[in-house]
Amino acid sequence: MSWAGKLLRVNLTNGEITSEMLNEQWKNDYLGARGLASKYLSEEIDPACDPLSPENKMIMATGPLTGTMAATGGRYVVVTKGPLTNCIACSNSGGFIGAEMKNAGWDMVIFEGKSPTPVYLYIENDQVELIAADDIWGTSVWHTDEWLHNKHQDPLLRIAAVGRTAENGCFYAGIVNDLHRAAGRSGVGTVMASKNLKAVAIRGTLGVGNLADPEGFMKAVNEGKAALAENPVTGQGLPAYGTQVLMNVINEIGALPTNNMKDVQFDGAHAISGEAMHEPRKSDGRPNLTTNAACFGCTIACGRISTIDQGHFSVENKSQYWGNSGGLEYEAAWALGADNGVDDLDALTYVNFVCNEEGFDPITFGATVAAAMEMYEDGDLTIEQTGGIAFNFGSAEALTKGAEWVAAGEGFGKDLALGSKRLCEKYGRPELSMTVKGQEFPAYDPRGIQGIGLNYATSNRGACHVRGYTVASEVLGIPEKTDPLTAEGKPGLVKAFQDATGAVDSAGLCLFTTFAWSLDNIAPQIEAACGGGWTAERLAETGERIWNLERDFNLKAGITSADDTLPERLRKEAAKTGPAKGIVSKVEEMMPEYYELRGWDSDGVPTDETRSRLGLKD
Amino acid sequence: MEKALVINPDKCTGCLQCELACSYENEGVFNPSKSRIKVFTFHQEGRFVPYTCTQCSDAWCQQACPVDAITLNLLTGAKEVNENTCVGCKVCTISCPFGTINYNQNTGKVIKCDLCGGDPKCVSACPTQAITYIDANQTGMEKMRQWATETDNSPSNSAANV
Repeated sequence: MSWAGKLLRVNLTNGEITSEMLNEQWKNDYLGARGLASKYLSEEIDPACDPLSPENKMIMATGPLTGTMAATGGRYVVVTKGPLTNCIACSNSGGFIGAEMKNAGWDMVIFEGKSPTPVYLYIENDQVELIAADDIWGTSVWHTDEWLHNKHQDPLLRIAAVGRTAENGCFYAGIVNDLHRAAGRSGVGTVMASKNLKAVAIRGTLGVGNLADPEGFMKAVNEGKAALAENPVTGQGLPAYGTQVLMNVINEIGALPTNNMKDVQFDGAHAISGEAMHEPRKSDGRPNLTTNAACFGCTIACGRISTIDQGHFSVENKSQYWGNSGGLEYEAAWALGADNGVDDLDALTYVNFVCNEEGFDPITFGATVAAAMEMYEDGDLTIEQTGGIAFNFGSAEALTKGAEWVAAGEGFGKDLALGSKRLCEKYGRPELSMTVKGQEFPAYDPRGIQGIGLNYATSNRGACHVRGYTVASEVLGIPEKTDPLTAEGKPGLVKAFQDATGAVDSAGLCLFTTFAWSLDNIAPQIEAACGGGWTAERLAETGERIWNLERDFNLKAGITSADDTLPERLRKEAAKTGPAKGIVSKVEEMMPEYYELRGWDSDGVPTDETRSRLGLKD
Repeated sequence: MEKALVINPDKCTGCLQCELACSYENEGVFNPSKSRIKVFTFHQEGRFVPYTCTQCSDAWCQQACPVDAITLNLLTGAKEVNENTCVGCKVCTISCPFGTINYNQNTGKVIKCDLCGGDPKCVSACPTQAITYIDANQTGMEKMRQWATETDNSPSNSAANV
């Protein structure tokens, strides 16, 4: 019910494409999308495998609500072993391709092996074929998108593709769909390119239905939509300012990591904020922001559609960047801006466009530039090594050139394409990489927001805000306010957020609904769509089961409790300004209680009792 | 009172809730490819435009139909396709100047907006009021009101004070 009930298995090595029924037991235990794909991956690959070898698999998966009228029901995920982290990776994207896959009659597509030559997968309902991609290999996501639309003479095709960065082996390449939505983190695009798979193009016309309780579903959906409209965050803040509504808020509470996390407040925060995106430019009187935009079925519409000032140095004589495209969201604006000390909104928007065009993660890229800037200022990198450009904090030129070099895979861009962990190790300053398990932090400083630090340290895909967004509680007071500066009670808060998120990500819904919705709002929608007794409690338990499944994968991949920590800077160097002044992250203090609440032993391994309770085998 | 769909593209976010509601009402599944209302995205310009049948008084589709399968619903003013009569010749799809009547491969008939019998589901699904269903004689009212706000008749600028 509501699932399509079928998956596609694509063997890229021999070109065989087969259809399988979805595993009934697993969909009841893991729901869909993140959970279900992680179960398939765990069962089918050796977690210790080389992520860029043919032994790794890549799964694109939807949830049971993907493609339905449930608000935000357009999400899909990419699950694989990530090259940036060597952990299980699950990147989540909106746009329209997830719903299209479901409309074509597929819950998920499992890619295995490696094609001998570049190919793309074309899906039109049950007609599926691998087609030569030699003509688009070595080109950008944007070019690939246009080429495929022209070739198939079908403006309604939905396309996900990798850009040149993925082909060049950049460790943090993503998969971009619908031009500017992305499964962006952990290098899932690098895995796709390693299989010689350039793109997936889908046209689905079968429809999504088969609801367990159609009337109940429409009632639950309409109640959900009303709750989103009435909530000040989802009804007003996000449509008006996008996630960028946070820039000034997080700066004020002293949790905006600045200059590679040396500082926690940025003087230029306002200049790169959501508010600034509304202000008319001096040159042409137009604001950066043209309009907000929605993903499939989303009644929030937080997406930004922006332009760059045509007179800005970054786009002189480059007319391909003069139109509208996907604008800055908060994490990108922070990583490209505050973390590098750059307050030039046009430069940030330009780099964001390039990240979408060539398919790389602006969070990891921005944080890697920040580490390079600190090494440059400390004398670990010379101007010869940085391509003749001074990599000082605040340099918009270094930022934009760095992005162009990464996109082209040339010069210092080859170093920046390593991500900060490998880059800092290469130049002898491993302590300057602001990462957990190899993945860079997003835009919330663990000194000013204690719970998020524990979430970063324990996130199964490396540092990540959307695995347990305690910022909702610690800063915004959702569902209730907790003190961001205290460690007390945070292990329980982190666990609750992580488990609930696992369920939301597996339903095919967007996490941003949870500013307005609890699992009590989501359960009736899933139950009416799927049937079978989905309650809020069962969803939380499903999330917990998923969390432990991912943990098990990582343990088998070689992760230990020693990896559940934050860089020394955050544990030893206190915040210098703002409300968190004098405070360091108390992550070590919180960890034992977190392990205990998770039902893990002191080495961070799930106990037999925990496994048995959640129905996980050894 | 006859009512009409009025669409304000400036308010559209491109979420496709209208297409989902339309296809669910008419086809029983969520299927944008079978929606009678379509949202067009002009990416370079950052614009979204929902588009559907305007229910012409003197309707080209109705005139062109050789089997009189398209009839007027006197209550709503909608031109409705009678599926039992339609032979799928597609002449109406050629004659419609706006392209808002289309062939459905699954049924071998044409489909077009019928205003859901007077309760258009796209309207209730739209989260931003980009699609409204109002008095057919007053569809220009909101635009007039907006222009009216620009008329400066405050006392200091009125003719009497010149």
